[in-house]
Amino acid sequence: MTEQTGAHATTGTYLRIAAILVMITLIEVGVFYVPAFQSVLVPVLLVLSAVKFTLVVMFYMHLKFDNRFFAFLFGGPLLLGFAVVVSLLLIFYGAIRLRTGM
Amino acid sequence: MTHGSTHATSMGVDNRKMAFWAFIGSECLLFGSLIATYLVYKGRSLVGPYPHEILNIPFTSFSTFDLLMSSLAMVLALAAVQRGDMKQGKLWLFVTALLGLIFLGGQFWEFSHFVHEGLGLTTNLFGSTFYVLTGTHGAHVTVGVIWLLTLWIQALRGKLGPQNALTVEITGLYWHFVDVVWIVIFTVVYLIQ
Repeated sequence: MTEQTGAHATTGTYLRIAAILVMITLIEVGVFYVPAFQSVLVPVLLVLSAVKFTLVVMFYMHLKFDNRFFAFLFGGPLLLGFAVVVSLLLIFYGAIRLRTGM
Repeated sequence: MTHGSTHATSMGVDNRKMAFWAFIGSECLLFGSLIATYLVYKGRSLVGPYPHEILNIPFTSFSTFDLLMSSLAMVLALAAVQRGDMKQGKLWLFVTALLGLIFLGGQFWEFSHFVHEGLGLTTNLFGSTFYVLTGTHGAHVTVGVIWLLTLWIQALRGKLGPQNALTVEITGLYWHFVDVVWIVIFTVVYLIQ
């Protein structure tokens, strides 16, 4: 019996996504080296990273075209993992603030 | 049921693919914990070397480019296998594995360089969290390269064809996940210092 796979993007789409990913990476590195961007470096880099992450997951991992249940299986733990990161940072830096009174 | 056949669940989705997405979900929690640990201890090292003294952004940018290109090669391999073009399928599977090996070579060089510069696993908090996070990612890349080379050898022996497209797709899911984890590590560890 043949293994069935879902409908996916075309080769042209894959190449365009790769070009966008490379361009975003170049922008990330460029922003890192430009002193004028230092004040907004963190939010800019986080947004660019999130865009790259989303593009790979949606097009290369085919989540855009696949069964929505897979998005739930991936998205649920992803959000939980993000919540763990934010919670730990808040707890840790909250404890430091309490200790130092700052 | 024979090897390589479709195993549909009552939800109409393949059980192997569903299980693999659940596994990837659990991996999100693993890497989430490691990234959280890195961030919590960020800037808390009492002795050097410190990140800004030792991290090589141009070199790591090349590693990032390499891994992004390996993801492109992986989707091209899957597309080729799905349309039954095994000549292209074999080529792109090999290219994906090769790019993974280049990434691992880069990581080995980076770790060796850092140790030479005096940053060991127990030198300071940066060393401990950095090596555990990037080392765990490197271990995942290693597993991925072995998996890809196994598929490539199967393809060379004529044991991998369009009937095994789902196997290649699941391998691809793992490989792309390794790529997205690196996208986060590159930003959080290397660019936001």
